[in-house]
Amino acid sequence: MHLDHSQPHEHTPSISATRPDGSRRALRVGLGGPVGSGKTATVAALCRTLRDTWPIAVVTNDIYTREDAEFLRREAVLPPERITAVETGACPHTAIRDDISANLEAVEHLETTLHPLDLVLIESGGDNLTATFSKGLVDVQIFVIDVASGDDIPRKGGPGITTADLLLINKTDLAPHVGADLDTMAMDAKRQRGDLPVIFTSLTTDDGIRDVADWVTGHLAQWRTGATA
Amino acid sequence: MSRAALLLLADGRFPAGGHAHSGGVEAAVAHKAVHDTPSLEAFCRGRLHTTGLTAAALAAAAAAGVDPLLLDDAADARTPVPALRAVARRLGRQMMRAARATFPSEDLELLAAARPQGAHQPIVLGLAARAAGLHPLDAAYTVAYESVGGPATAAVRLLSLDPLDASGLLARLGPETNHVAQAAADAATRALTEGLDALPSASSPLLDITGEQHATWTARLFAS
Repeated sequence: MHLDHSQPHEHTPSISATRPDGSRRALRVGLGGPVGSGKTATVAALCRTLRDTWPIAVVTNDIYTREDAEFLRREAVLPPERITAVETGACPHTAIRDDISANLEAVEHLETTLHPLDLVLIESGGDNLTATFSKGLVDVQIFVIDVASGDDIPRKGGPGITTADLLLINKTDLAPHVGADLDTMAMDAKRQRGDLPVIFTSLTTDDGIRDVADWVTGHLAQWRTGATA
Repeated sequence: MSRAALLLLADGRFPAGGHAHSGGVEAAVAHKAVHDTPSLEAFCRGRLHTTGLTAAALAAAAAAGVDPLLLDDAADARTPVPALRAVARRLGRQMMRAARATFPSEDLELLAAARPQGAHQPIVLGLAARAAGLHPLDAAYTVAYESVGGPATAAVRLLSLDPLDASGLLARLGPETNHVAQAAADAATRALTEGLDALPSASSPLLDITGEQHATWTARLFAS
């Protein structure tokens, strides 16, 4: 058995940064977080903001239904052929972390049929605070929580909070209504994450996604120049 | 043979996509055909002796060195409904990715090139077993066990069954699993001299019908 074989055909390992023709493949951004924190809304807003600049596709990992994919199609944030749903066998974290093959299939299918793509957003099914994406599946990951689920979530930590490349704290417009203390959340997030970035968002306001879109664009620009994203 | 390689290949945690498939049990649960441990055991027994046997023999034949492209046609002939053919090829692609990274071999590369959209999963698994230095019987065991282990695990999630009951069920099916794996390996040996018609073609029409229906559901936990 020889372990140093080349990969001439399909099914190349996910970690390769280039397509078989040598060009740079699309940047893959994972979005994870608890149920109802606003992952799908974030994906929709990112698509609306970035779609005129970059060719984008989306893979959703719904827990039970194809609701997230249907929502994105209904909202027409992208043409339907640019949105694919993956089933996760009741275990969303398995599909993004432990056995990523179905997601890789979906991403590669989109890359092949929609060539050239610059950006693929992979949305996890709603999960718990330990759900993170495999580095074999995504290049960078965003963890989305919201103020209405409790302002102690950043303090609780967990791999999603502590290690994601970007932490989004969403629905800041609800903070006064649910008694969430944004300063405390910011301090706790800083304590958990050190220098890793945190962005507070309210997607109900015009252009509430701007900072997130800029963050993604920054990574995309780096990626395309060949630097480590 | 490498027993460690067999355990790796047969492990449900082997990252080849199986976790998102229920082997038809999600549809059976919806139809109330599977609702408790005894009905799950009956379902698994039926699957083992039909599609389990057929798939195990295909895997064993691939591991024995039968032409995988001919086997792929034979698998199509033994999989009447389009939905389950698509599933078998999709899982074949996923198995191919995992196998090429885990047990690289020229056989796998050739099949990947010849079937870029995926060969039937048992055939890829058989070639992976061959690359790992395993015997046809090992490949048959892996597929026969997965033919019941997959649905049993899915049923635990779908019905909140006691996982200990599911393990007990799989243990009770052990002697029959042994028998099916041996029969599959024997058929593969015969196929080397007698041709592909020596391979079993047992199927389950109800699994075919419900598999085709399941593919159209809009709300489901499992891909098949």
